[in-house]
Order: sequence, then structure tokens, then C-alpha cells
Amino acid sequence: MLIKDPGIDTIDNKPVDPHKWVSRYADYLYTYAAFRINDKDLARDLVQETFLAALEIKGNFEGRSTEKTWLTAILKNKIVNVYRSKSRGLVKGVVATNADDTDAGFFDNNNGHWNDQHRPVEMGIEQADALENKEFQQILKACMNKLPALWFAVFSMKHIDDETTEMICNELKLSSSNFWVIIHRTKVNLRSCLQKNWI
Amino acid sequence: MKELSEAELKKIAFNCKKATFLIEKQQIGKITLKEKMELKIHLAGCSICVTFMQQSAVINQAARKLFNPDSMELKLDEGFKAQLQKKINNQLAI
Repeated sequence: MLIKDPGIDTIDNKPVDPHKWVSRYADYLYTYAAFRINDKDLARDLVQETFLAALEIKGNFEGRSTEKTWLTAILKNKIVNVYRSKSRGLVKGVVATNADDTDAGFFDNNNGHWNDQHRPVEMGIEQADALENKEFQQILKACMNKLPALWFAVFSMKHIDDETTEMICNELKLSSSNFWVIIHRTKVNLRSCLQKNWI
Repeated sequence: MKELSEAELKKIAFNCKKATFLIEKQQIGKITLKEKMELKIHLAGCSICVTFMQQSAVINQAARKLFNPDSMELKLDEGFKAQLQKKINNQLAI
């Protein structure tokens, strides 16, 4: 159990306090970044860059969000840059071809029906209590890490960080139809990977 | 609303690819009334896609939980942290 310092999350108008940044936020920001980019060294670098960038602009901090939220927003921006550079050049190869041809065997190309080995069967996760299962979580993480960089970026920005579709398309230079194709294929792929490894 | 022709109905009833696409789109965006109806018809006759829909929602929740830094915090190396705070302090002193 984590015991939270109640002082951290309260909104007040106090100026930022960089002398406390590392002890207060470094582990949090590191965790945030490490989960999203799956590269611990890079995550560490991003935490450092976040603090240094925050120092440069700390005069602009207006206290309308918490210091933690503000630092997280700066980090988020850096993570999106990583996503963008990782997926640059991939857009064409991954989705620019006719979207109907690229489902890699999940569906029958003629009638759109599930192909046998990818057809969903009950996995015992349908009622959401799998959420508490550590092994399930580990498999999900492994499956996510196997996704192409661009798919992972789209999935995590949409489903984990609740970014708007417009923002994601803008940042990653995707057309709206490419976006939806990726959303669909990522989920079909993730689900199939879970089924293969969980039961 | 225009009624669906028999050919259209057939296409929908058997097209799991289209149905799963609509399921994903509906979870985070809007689908049209016609699409809603198509999906309803498909799901009424396809328990496999109903299973997909349930599992898809669980995956979203599980991923969100997995990525919440408050639920499982990683620790940075203490030496790195000390160096980092020193760097910050140096910047502040300039």
C-alpha cells in the first residue's frame, strides 16, 4: 500500500518548489514514463528532461493545477514526441495499404467471419474480476509490448490517457480512417494474444 | 429509417470483422444510427462477437489499471535521484 502525502495533491497557489521535486515526484514520473515507453533508460532520461524543462518555464506555472499534474503534462508531451519519432515512417507500411487486406488472418477475407484460431472463446475474464489477477496483468503487458510502436502509441493515448481522437491523429499524423483501423486491429490482436497465452 | 435489404442483412449477419470494428468505434466514438442497428442485428445472432465485446471492455479497464502509476510505483535509483536533485539545485543557483 502506498501512503500518500496529503499535502501533494491539494491545489493551492504556492509557487513551485523545485528543491522537493525529485523526492516528491521522480518515482511517480518514472513509473508513468516507463509503463508508456517500455524502455527504462529512456524513461529515466525523460524524467530528467521533464524537471529541467519545468525549471525553464516555472514562471508560467499558475497554480491552477497541482505541481504533480503540471509536471506530468510536461512529461506527457515528451512521451508523445517519443511515440512520434518511433512511429515515423511506419504509418505507410502499417496501414496505408488497403485496410481490408491487412488483417493478418484474423478474419476470413471473403465473408469477414472469424478464422478458427482467432475466434473469441470465453476466457473467464468477461466479468472483470480478472482485473485483480496479477498473472493476467503480466500477460496483458507482454502482449501490449509486442504491438507495433504506432499501435501501442494509439492504444495507450486513447484507452489509457483519454486523449481526443483529433489530438492523437494530429500528433501522430494519422488520418481518421487510419486511426480507426489501428484501434480495431490493435484490440483484435491484443485479445487474440491474451487468449493464446491465458488459457 | 430505411429498411435493410435482405442482401445487406446477410452481409451484416455474417460479418464479424465489420461488427468488431463497430464495437471498437462505439466504445470511444460515435457510430451512426444505421450502424447501431447493424451491430444490434449482428450481436443478436453472434455470441462470438458478444464475447469479443465483453473481453474488449475488460482489456480497456485492465490496461488502464496496469498503467496507473499510483497502483504500482517503480523506484528510480537513489544515486540517480541525488544527482538529479543536485542538477536542479545548480540550475536554481544560476
